[in-house]
Amino acid sequence: MTKKQKKMLARILIAAALMIGFHFLPFSGYVRFVLYLIPYLVIGYDILIKAAKGIKNRQPFDECLLMAVATIGAMAIAVYEDGDYTEAIAVMLFYQVGEWFQSYAVGKSRRNISDLMDIRPDYANVEIDGKLEQVDPDEVEIGTEIVVQPGEKVPIDGIITEGSSTLNTSALTGESLPRDAAEGDEIISGCINMTGVLKIRTTKEFGESTVSKILDLVENASSRKSKSEEFITKFARIYTPAVVYSAIALAVLPPLVRMIGMGAAAEWGTWIYRALTFLVISCPCALVISIPLSFFAGLGGASNAGVLVKGSNYMETLSQTKCVVFDKTGTLTQGVFEVNAVHHNKMDQKKLLEYAALAESASSHPISRSIQKAYGQEIDRSRVSDIQEISGNGVTALVDGIAVAAGNSKLMDRLGIPWIDCHHAGTIIHMAVDGEYAGHIVISDIEKPHAKEAVKALRAAGIEKLVMLTGDSRKVAEHVAADLGIDEVHAELLPADKVEEVEKLLAKKPQKAKLAFVGDGINDAPVLSRADIGIAMGAMGSDAAIEAADIVLMDDDPLKIAKAIRISKKCIRIVYENIWFAIGIKLICLVLGAVGIANMWLAIFADVGVMIIAVLNAIRALFVKNL
Amino acid sequence: MKKTYKIDVDCANCANKMEQAAKATAGVKDAVVNFMTLKMNVEFEEGHDAKAVMQEVRKNCKKVEDDCEIFL
Repeated sequence: MTKKQKKMLARILIAAALMIGFHFLPFSGYVRFVLYLIPYLVIGYDILIKAAKGIKNRQPFDECLLMAVATIGAMAIAVYEDGDYTEAIAVMLFYQVGEWFQSYAVGKSRRNISDLMDIRPDYANVEIDGKLEQVDPDEVEIGTEIVVQPGEKVPIDGIITEGSSTLNTSALTGESLPRDAAEGDEIISGCINMTGVLKIRTTKEFGESTVSKILDLVENASSRKSKSEEFITKFARIYTPAVVYSAIALAVLPPLVRMIGMGAAAEWGTWIYRALTFLVISCPCALVISIPLSFFAGLGGASNAGVLVKGSNYMETLSQTKCVVFDKTGTLTQGVFEVNAVHHNKMDQKKLLEYAALAESASSHPISRSIQKAYGQEIDRSRVSDIQEISGNGVTALVDGIAVAAGNSKLMDRLGIPWIDCHHAGTIIHMAVDGEYAGHIVISDIEKPHAKEAVKALRAAGIEKLVMLTGDSRKVAEHVAADLGIDEVHAELLPADKVEEVEKLLAKKPQKAKLAFVGDGINDAPVLSRADIGIAMGAMGSDAAIEAADIVLMDDDPLKIAKAIRISKKCIRIVYENIWFAIGIKLICLVLGAVGIANMWLAIFADVGVMIIAVLNAIRALFVKNL
Repeated sequence: MKKTYKIDVDCANCANKMEQAAKATAGVKDAVVNFMTLKMNVEFEEGHDAKAVMQEVRKNCKKVEDDCEIFL
């Protein structure tokens, strides 16, 4: 509890005690009024002051004014009839109890959610003069050697120079299985070192490290407001003045009509009481607090599961997703390629691989890496010159002064070299050496272990259409798609074609159904930003993915896509529940209040009770473990 | 230029009012108040001094919601 909350709690208890105590005192008339004024002022003085200030600053329509008018009105009626003062005090009391509870609950959930996302390291151990000292990670320069002991968080990205250990990455990825790390491995900040002492040479500043980027992203996520939040804000802005004017109308019109039109008694007291009840019911706080809180809890729960959603608005879009477009390599397949076979080669297989490896030596594409791996020897870059990468086709280069071309069939067509098709499903790298066709290398990729389940889970989560886009050959693409159960395949696409395909899909789908694109974030940036919602996978350490995507999956598991959708659906469902529940109950109570069925007590429930229920409901969005 | 400030405010509706007040202040291009993290992100217009503008923002916020604070 904060100081403010403690003070409020004391005021609530004192006022309640006084109110009950005075009930047993035998006074009447003005003495009684003055006595009851004490608890009223104890509990309500700040509200009255705020209401007065609001009028002074020309911002009159807030809940303080509603409360002030309602309770002063109730007091006045009580003085007039020498009746029940407890009602006015009770209204104020319950309002304050509600406010107190709200502040407590929000403060607590704010702390809970922040703790959940608390991956911020507090210090880094640096060896100074042979002794380990704890320094602020902000002050550690690039290239410094830091020491991470078992149980500590890795504070800054770097490379392990000494030691080996198991890392707990669950705070980053939601993945509970620990990872092994040894000398020479890259290590990402935010992991927890579990077993051995590690020495790390930092490669980034703290501000540029993974952990800082993620924190920044998560903390700013709830600032991007969703449509529902904007709706509520606008709603509240119109709603409060509307209610105040209706209350005035309710207090004045019916008595006048009765007096003038029907010649009956005006019954001012009854109608003013009804108008005051109306005012108490109408406070918009349940809506205004519970909607952002639901989103905040949803975002917190998602990030705990290793899904970073960059804003409440994306939560909303994700929940409406009906079509998911995948990139193949690195998303559904592991992107770890292996050379399977070499066909139609005239020269020695090894020699051909050597040429291929040298020609592709400048590329870090997974296919190039697999060729380099198959070659298995140090690559002497001085033997290669004039390397030209032709995007979507392949490379040409001079190796030992001989022209070598390595790429797909398009590259061969481009060079005017006849090529031989392969009957294997896989990525085919055609080779031309010195202008002559020299055979092809078959490289194949493996599906991710969860890819099939992921497709099933997505369908279960209500996705109607699954599309795969790939730069790979049609044969491979169709093979993978059939195996996984994907509806539509577009193969042999250049990066620019992918954008075009996504645009076609966007044009075809109905307005309300959203399209998500899932990629590994490295070369998919344009598509990620073009789709309704861009999801990047395996983002640990990849800055490009974090920048370009709207949703970032921290590990490579495609199953997380379905999980993210389920989390967003739950969150949005809670948001709508709260909107309907709060507005619905309020409207019903408003009507009951206007016709005189609801009294002040029901009015207090409609205000405070609804808010408490809505806040508790909002917190449910945090629990996403079993989704 | 964008800056983030810590704020203190009790209710979500008040936070919305602060946002409106901050947006209406001269020199502020855009402002977002996040009630859940108790932060205010302010984007300033070119050629305005952030410190001076923030004093105004604070004054305007106090006007709409007496019980708020912006930590400058």
